Amino acid sequence: MDVMHDVIKVGIAELASARHPGRIRTAGLGSCVGVALYDRRRKIGGLAHVMLPDSKQARGSVKLAKYADTAIPELLRQMEALGAMRWDMVAKLAGGAQMFEHVSSDALKIGERNVEAVRTVLQMIGIPIVAEAVGGRVGRTVELDLEDGTYYVRTAQSEQLKL
Amino acid sequence: MFEHHLTHWEEDVLKEIGNIGAAHAATSLSRLLGERIDMEVPSARLLDFSEIAAEVGEDHLYVATFLEFGGDVKGSFVWLIEPQSAHQLLQALFQDQAHLKKSASDDDHFSDLELSALQEIGNILAGSYLSALADLTGLKLYPHVPGLVVDMGMAVITYGLLEAGHYGEQAVVIDAHLTSRDAKYGGRFFLLPDPHSFQVLYHALGVYANGRDA
Repeated sequence: MDVMHDVIKVGIAELASARHPGRIRTAGLGSCVGVALYDRRRKIGGLAHVMLPDSKQARGSVKLAKYADTAIPELLRQMEALGAMRWDMVAKLAGGAQMFEHVSSDALKIGERNVEAVRTVLQMIGIPIVAEAVGGRVGRTVELDLEDGTYYVRTAQSEQLKL
Repeated sequence: MFEHHLTHWEEDVLKEIGNIGAAHAATSLSRLLGERIDMEVPSARLLDFSEIAAEVGEDHLYVATFLEFGGDVKGSFVWLIEPQSAHQLLQALFQDQAHLKKSASDDDHFSDLELSALQEIGNILAGSYLSALADLTGLKLYPHVPGLVVDMGMAVITYGLLEAGHYGEQAVVIDAHLTSRDAKYGGRFFLLPDPHSFQVLYHALGVYANGRDA
């Protein structure tokens, strides 16, 4: 997987979109959520590594890709610019774990709140969530295959899931 | 929040914090094991979130202790150790005790007993690091209960970046490596102070007498 050269890497609080072929990958999702959008008909996909639920909590300028409420509209905008159509898009989610029990109240539910915020935004925009691997206590690395929209989800100590 | 770089003064102060904290943690570990532990000179850097993956590996597996602290200064402490290294550490600690299996030093699996021993070591290391920091600054620091996972280092570190994430896409990372003399085991400490804690740290250590704010 790592030797493929047509893999676009997305870091924490970043997003990327592209046409097929190739893959988009983001690693080390803990409480963060990897939101994948895919237009099956046109084979255009996008992936956001969402870190926080709500841009209204930002102190200072807002980096769109960081927050659920801004990352998804921005991803949608970029994909539409590539020719994707909203009504042909589906969403797949992974991440939003709660890895630690004894953390401050703010950090405790952050994974859950991220997932909740992502679901709310997708519902408002009208993009259905067709698969997800969220919650639990494990970190995840994901890859979106732009050829068919398969979402590969791998945890540190288990086999890879195909969503 | 940050002006995209640390001044020399700030960097020196944060390095000194890393130096004193990690040296005390190394001493604790050394006492625990009855063996000499070496420490590399710590670094203090302002890292973009995008640089974190290169620091700890994209989805590299570690035994990771995560601990938050509160008080006059808030933030997180992370101890990352490679699974193989953690097995070596456990063997050094419980040399002849039969209840710890000796065969599994090359896998990522740990028994509950081993995990709780590692968590306790993490607790001791974090405690010595933070109490050295409190002594140095005269500030109050209260460590919270540590958590331990065998998982991706990046996923763990991100928990320590959440507060910084409200301000921007950068965080100050103070890190130090420890290794045993025979290099059989070691590990890496990260201190991730929350953004609003820096003023407090700098003031406590008198940087602003000479620094940017003077």
